[in-house]
Amino acid sequence: MSTAVAGTAVAGAGDLGRKLARANRAKQVTAFALLAPALLLMLLAFVWPIGALLTNAVHAPEFRDAVPKLAAWMEGWDGEALPDEAGFALVAEEFGRAFRDRSLPRASTRLNYERGGMRSLAMKTGRGAPRLAAPYRESLVALDPAWGDIATWRAIANASTWLTPRFVLQALDLQRVPGGGIQAVPPENRVYLDRLQVTFTISIVVTLVCAAIGYPMAYVMAMAGPNRGRLLFLLVLLPFWISLLVRTAAWVVLLQKEGIVNGALLALGIIDEPQQLIFNRFGVYVAMVHILLPFLVLPLYSVMKSIPRDHVRAAASLGATPASAFVTVYFPQTVPGLGAGCLLVFILSIGFYITPALVGGSRDQMLSSLIAENALGTANWGLASALALVLLCCVAVVYPVFGRYAGAKNLRLG
Amino acid sequence: MASPRPYRGPADRIGGGLVRAVAALGFVFMLAPILAVMPLSFNGGSYLSYPLQGVSWQWYAAVFAARPWMPALWNSVTIGAATTVLATVTGTLAAYGLSYTEFPGKRAIGALLISPMVVPIVITALAVYLAFAPFGLVNSFTGLVLAHTVLAVPFVVITVTATLHGFDRTMVRAAASLGAPPLVAFATVTLPLTAPGILSGAVFAFVTSFDDVVVALFLAGPEQFTVPRRMFNALRDKLDPSIVALAVFLVTISIFLLATIELLRWRSERLRSRP
Repeated sequence: MSTAVAGTAVAGAGDLGRKLARANRAKQVTAFALLAPALLLMLLAFVWPIGALLTNAVHAPEFRDAVPKLAAWMEGWDGEALPDEAGFALVAEEFGRAFRDRSLPRASTRLNYERGGMRSLAMKTGRGAPRLAAPYRESLVALDPAWGDIATWRAIANASTWLTPRFVLQALDLQRVPGGGIQAVPPENRVYLDRLQVTFTISIVVTLVCAAIGYPMAYVMAMAGPNRGRLLFLLVLLPFWISLLVRTAAWVVLLQKEGIVNGALLALGIIDEPQQLIFNRFGVYVAMVHILLPFLVLPLYSVMKSIPRDHVRAAASLGATPASAFVTVYFPQTVPGLGAGCLLVFILSIGFYITPALVGGSRDQMLSSLIAENALGTANWGLASALALVLLCCVAVVYPVFGRYAGAKNLRLG
Repeated sequence: MASPRPYRGPADRIGGGLVRAVAALGFVFMLAPILAVMPLSFNGGSYLSYPLQGVSWQWYAAVFAARPWMPALWNSVTIGAATTVLATVTGTLAAYGLSYTEFPGKRAIGALLISPMVVPIVITALAVYLAFAPFGLVNSFTGLVLAHTVLAVPFVVITVTATLHGFDRTMVRAAASLGAPPLVAFATVTLPLTAPGILSGAVFAFVTSFDDVVVALFLAGPEQFTVPRRMFNALRDKLDPSIVALAVFLVTISIFLLATIELLRWRSERLRSRP
């Protein structure tokens, strides 16, 4: 009897367990169905494009696609001496064909990244190919002596691969040494590392200045009574809501040579002649701090507001002076908020583009400007993608720290 | 019992004074530039400096003239509206999905939905440009709306998730126990109670689209030029008070939106604290 009861109970429990599992599965299916539209959108318009962009940094098949036979043949070349007649014959045949089917211009752009002047050489060769005849070595060198130069062939060999380290190397101011190996470019030719350094310098200075001004602001807001605190909160929130472009425009108007700040300083007799306040580093710092300050103050304020005031009072009752109570009791509790704010400001400033473009000089342009310039200006997609890869790596290093210390929970949006 | 007044040495007094002084400077620094520039939009002359040469509405007339700002404003509003609808619907559903139950990969999906906020916008813009180009979505309304939606979804997810955190699920169970099918319970209980969060998410989505310059720089053809896109050109070209008049107009919109958000927050807090 008792066994029978126990048996039913077990069977019932198994049944219940199955039902529970089924209900849980149904809930999970519902959750995924709710997430599906957003995930689909993210996949199509964010994840896939970013993935393709990063692939672009190392994937450059234009040349190989245009002259496949030559590219395959180049894989067997040792790179030590000029190729034999077969290589020259393939150049004549493939360049001529690529010129006729119009794939040569794109391929020669790719060649030109490997070695300056290769674009015109390739186009000239393609155009002149019908008039070339065996022996091809002699007739190609006669067409252009560059065909007798081993550097030309090395450039073709480098361009013949599907994948190329060239853009990533270029973005880090590195170059390939003929015959293998990698070295830094001479300091006078450094471009991209300098931009990276400028990007980090600006981001660090902006973060520190924001922390120095923002901490007292958040502290005063947290200590004020509810009504005054709310008012101060709105004072910080309002600029946060005003378009970045409008705020940048305000600084352009204020800081220009004939602008309000120069006018006021002249009228007060502090300066004798208008100072250059904009289109230099100073202008970038001022405008960026103004735009990013709310991102530091708001998370810090929300942390400070959650700290019970009794803690500092308890410290005072134990004989701590306000300064020592602040240092030993209050400040340590605000560190998560300060960290969240600083990391947020830092991450956002690393990617700044519009503000430096409008209020900075040419020496204050950050990595983002370089990406936009290479993409929109010279259409060097490979290099733009490689620079994007470098910038994304910088963010990827900082973001997990941000996630650990702050997370989205300290990020109140208003 | 009055709390004992702690001893305040010179260091405390100087420290306290310094904190208040820096904070005061900070608050002035936040607002003064915007306030200082605004009156210039009424300048009778065409200089952007004081003293004003008479007062006039001419720059506002220039902004509200048929060209070039009105078509740009129309583009901004339509692109913003489409983005708002798309981002609010997908983002709200996603936030419900994230808070509905536990499932594997939940944290990763949450992080993915937030990630467009931290990826530098130039990278997103370039990536979308290259990916959309083969499909004819560059220089198109659709392409711009899709890219803006990607940027706006994180804001909707964050605001709606925050509202759902404070949402008492026993009320949905109560509705179910009274015989309401899930969809009815959702429409009559969950939706009204989370509406303020959804609406503020929608405002954030609109602002994200309305303020964007970088994506528009990559994806907008002259037909889709938005207000910020045109303003970016104007700031690089030449400055005249019409830019400031436009800025004043945009600031007015910002104040209106901020007031909306404040109202929604107040309403959400009241809904939540109701016994």
